Amino acid sequence: MNTNKNSYIFIYASVMVIIVAFLLAFVSSALKPIQQKNVELDKKKQVLAALNIFEKDAEAAYNTYVKADQLLNADGTVAAENGGFAVENAAVSEAQLPLYVCEVEGETKYVLPLYGAGLWGPIWGYVALNADKETIYGVYFSHAGETPGLGAEITNRDKFQVPFIGKKALNAAGDVVISVVKNGKVQNAECEVDGISGGTITSNGVDAMLKNSISLYKAFLTQKCEKACAAEAECSENSECSEQCQTEVVNE
Amino acid sequence: MSLFSKQNMEALKTPLGMNNPVTVQVLGICSALAVTAQLKPAIVMGLSVTIIVAMANVIISLLRNTIPNRIRIIVQLVVVAALVTIVSEILKAFAYDVSVELSVYIGLIITNCILMGRLEAFAMGNSPWPSFLDGIGNGLGYAKILVIVAFIRELFGSGCLFGIQVIPAWCYEHGYINNGLMLMPPAALIIVGCIIWYQRARHTELQEEQN
Repeated sequence: MNTNKNSYIFIYASVMVIIVAFLLAFVSSALKPIQQKNVELDKKKQVLAALNIFEKDAEAAYNTYVKADQLLNADGTVAAENGGFAVENAAVSEAQLPLYVCEVEGETKYVLPLYGAGLWGPIWGYVALNADKETIYGVYFSHAGETPGLGAEITNRDKFQVPFIGKKALNAAGDVVISVVKNGKVQNAECEVDGISGGTITSNGVDAMLKNSISLYKAFLTQKCEKACAAEAECSENSECSEQCQTEVVNE
Repeated sequence: MSLFSKQNMEALKTPLGMNNPVTVQVLGICSALAVTAQLKPAIVMGLSVTIIVAMANVIISLLRNTIPNRIRIIVQLVVVAALVTIVSEILKAFAYDVSVELSVYIGLIITNCILMGRLEAFAMGNSPWPSFLDGIGNGLGYAKILVIVAFIRELFGSGCLFGIQVIPAWCYEHGYINNGLMLMPPAALIIVGCIIWYQRARHTELQEEQN
């Protein structure tokens, strides 16, 4: 058979493309439900990782610790009690702000989604804040394709993520103060974390991501007093809290 | 012809040494630079490439008499791309953690010159079984270089192997510091260069004749 005839080449190419297209479409649609499940489970694991929880059965742990996946309005009011989980990190905007309200060892924690840009592609993560809405309880970062050993080290829990715990995310004015600085240049240990040497652009990306993503929640994070104080009747005994309440009243 | 005849074993063995895809054929350098900052991704990448070269070699070898000469590169590319996509989909469904770990590297296999090089140079002219062995041999030859480079880079770049600290703390206390260059892609190029240098110096038959 002459395999160099034009008609043969056209038929060969068409048949090949059709076969491959059907094969890929079949594989993709057959595996879609399983993949979707994996993606959801992975997201739950990521939320739990921000809460420093690494249990084998992520599904059960998620249901235990995460009380609600709320959707907030830009002014900090709750738009919906559920449905935050369905919002992709990339789609978080002022129009829809997912907030995971969690309870760990009797204390309320808030988990906020993060999304930003690294060197080669997107980076994302979650940050868990304590009930004071100021200090960081835990973080989780991940990336699509940062360089292994360099930028990809943002996923290194012990080296990069643990130092965030206990740092201040916001100052009293509600500005995001948590920053990632050049490795070894930490001046204010209260709110600065060492970057990764050799992974400067990714570290800067994490810094920008924290600032951008957390500041979307500014309205929610600064409205602490009415609720916190109302919840604790003995607020007056807590001088720090009452001070904050007073300043807020003055501001209004 | 027996399955493990001398000729077949040669197809399997020479890529590991005298006809190494990276150091002698100088194929697949790009990914050798990208994934060798740590041992783990280097090993996984090496194994994935081995599996995919072997499978693609077999498929192309089966089709070799029907492929029109003028579009053979396109056919090879379609086969490789389809294989890589299927493997990536399967990983996403059944080994999600691994697929997250590999992220973009699975996709990068498509662009690995070893694949096209072996399909064009071997599978187009040989029957399936030797092609399979050739694929395994070349994949392992590639993996071998990747592991050597990654070992050196991870050890001197971050003082770890497989992410476990191996250079003891007292070394750092006495002024030892990790070599930042080792973490950069140029270091991989320099190490690959040194390996090629060593191999050519030992095996003079690899050297081109000087005119």
